[in-house]
Amino acid sequence: MPFGLLKYGLSRRYPAEPHFSAGKSLKSHYDVVIIGAGAHGAGMAYYLAKYHGITNVALLDKAYLGGGNSARNTAVIRSNYLTETGVNFYKESARLYQDLSNEFGYNIMHEQRGQLTLAHNDTTLRNFRWRAEIGKHLGTNIEMVDRQTIKELAPELNLSENVRFPILAGLWHADGATARHDAIVWGYTKGACERGVELHQLTEVEDFTIENGRVTEVKTNRGKISCGCVVQAVAGHSSLIAAKAGIRLPIQTYPLQAMVTQNYKPLLTPHVSSPQLKVFTHQTSRGEFVIGSGADDYPLYSSRATLERKEMLASAIIELFPFLQHAQILRQWGGIADVTPDYSPIMGLSPLKNYYLNAGWGTYGFKAAPVSAKTMAECVATGKPPALIEDFALERFYRFKQVNEVGATAEVH
Amino acid sequence: MKIIPCPQNGPRPVSEFSFAGAVEPRDETATDASAAWAEQVFFKENGTGVVTELWRHNPSAFWLYLERCRVTDRIIKAYPANAANSADGEEEHD
Repeated sequence: MPFGLLKYGLSRRYPAEPHFSAGKSLKSHYDVVIIGAGAHGAGMAYYLAKYHGITNVALLDKAYLGGGNSARNTAVIRSNYLTETGVNFYKESARLYQDLSNEFGYNIMHEQRGQLTLAHNDTTLRNFRWRAEIGKHLGTNIEMVDRQTIKELAPELNLSENVRFPILAGLWHADGATARHDAIVWGYTKGACERGVELHQLTEVEDFTIENGRVTEVKTNRGKISCGCVVQAVAGHSSLIAAKAGIRLPIQTYPLQAMVTQNYKPLLTPHVSSPQLKVFTHQTSRGEFVIGSGADDYPLYSSRATLERKEMLASAIIELFPFLQHAQILRQWGGIADVTPDYSPIMGLSPLKNYYLNAGWGTYGFKAAPVSAKTMAECVATGKPPALIEDFALERFYRFKQVNEVGATAEVH
Repeated sequence: MKIIPCPQNGPRPVSEFSFAGAVEPRDETATDASAAWAEQVFFKENGTGVVTELWRHNPSAFWLYLERCRVTDRIIKAYPANAANSADGEEEHD
């Protein structure tokens, strides 16, 4: 049987399908230049080509496709936020994720297993009631659950009262899901390239030529490109790219670390998170436990790992799932998170006329990729941000109209 | 564990410290709800170079400045934040 499979795989009758155009030289002009080929950038290229007929698009990445924060997250999808703006936005993203496999003809391994957030104190309970009410009002699947229901949802969870922070209640969000992070980027890029978009990897943007408040030219390490407009989608380096265009962003950049254990038999269905212990976990379809937290405690442009973060994650997760004390850590990784003061993204127009921002994705960029890409594509095509992202404009900080999602995002996602 | 050379307590693990933001010149003329005021509140230094930051050693409530590289995490210089220490009700540290 293995030989049969090998023979099938190597047969000329079934050649591997090339998904992306590779190795082309840069054209002298593109209508849209997208900086950053991650889930957001590739998604924008896809929706621009699919819905707006704009195909003269360059999708640039300084390294390789999907190698930045798209490969350095924990693949959590949810919409249990605090504000109307936030819930409506992330709800649409969760809905788009449900259909992506069919849309791509490509399995993104989307699994809707729900998210269970735990309260260990009264403040969190209050936060949960708020999130449950606004979520129900706006049509998401969300409710407060008691300890008995928690036990049914996650039988292995430690519900003992003889711990530092006993579990009082939970916030059950049945829309919570996970998906394969690489597949999102590949699916979008495949769809975009089939429609004429050009992917250029190893193409780093070095500078912009700006005349009369417009970007006329993008200088890269592979030469200059004249452009109709530019979008930046470079999570982790948003401030640095924006600075080249002369734009200041209200962002602080922090490392974000996570790790996975060895494989276990399937024993945990939902995603479980605890804002107080600052830890979350879910079991992947391979059986590993993904363990993560909020961003590091101080800013740094580095995806390095630290022992203190591992210790913190380990002590917290063992309190929730004591059997994990025997677990071994298989892999760990770090991403670089561009954190905004209100934990909402910065999307839409910029001070330059033809330069668009898709930045400030902190620790919540993966879950928002489809809706961010779709709304930003519309924004670029029409020059006007759609209603769903109007409140995320950079300008909000000058009007003191922040979209405060700190309580739904800061510690865990 | 990362070690911070505290001018008051000697080398101590980073877990004993809190980061309190980059030290930036304050525009005293900025008034409420002006663009300059918004920038002072929300738009902090976020470059890749060496940044002077205010930190606090929590057990001793001692404030200090760190000149730290935001890419390598290397600490170039550590010295007491005298103004912050006296404002905190602590005695003056030289």
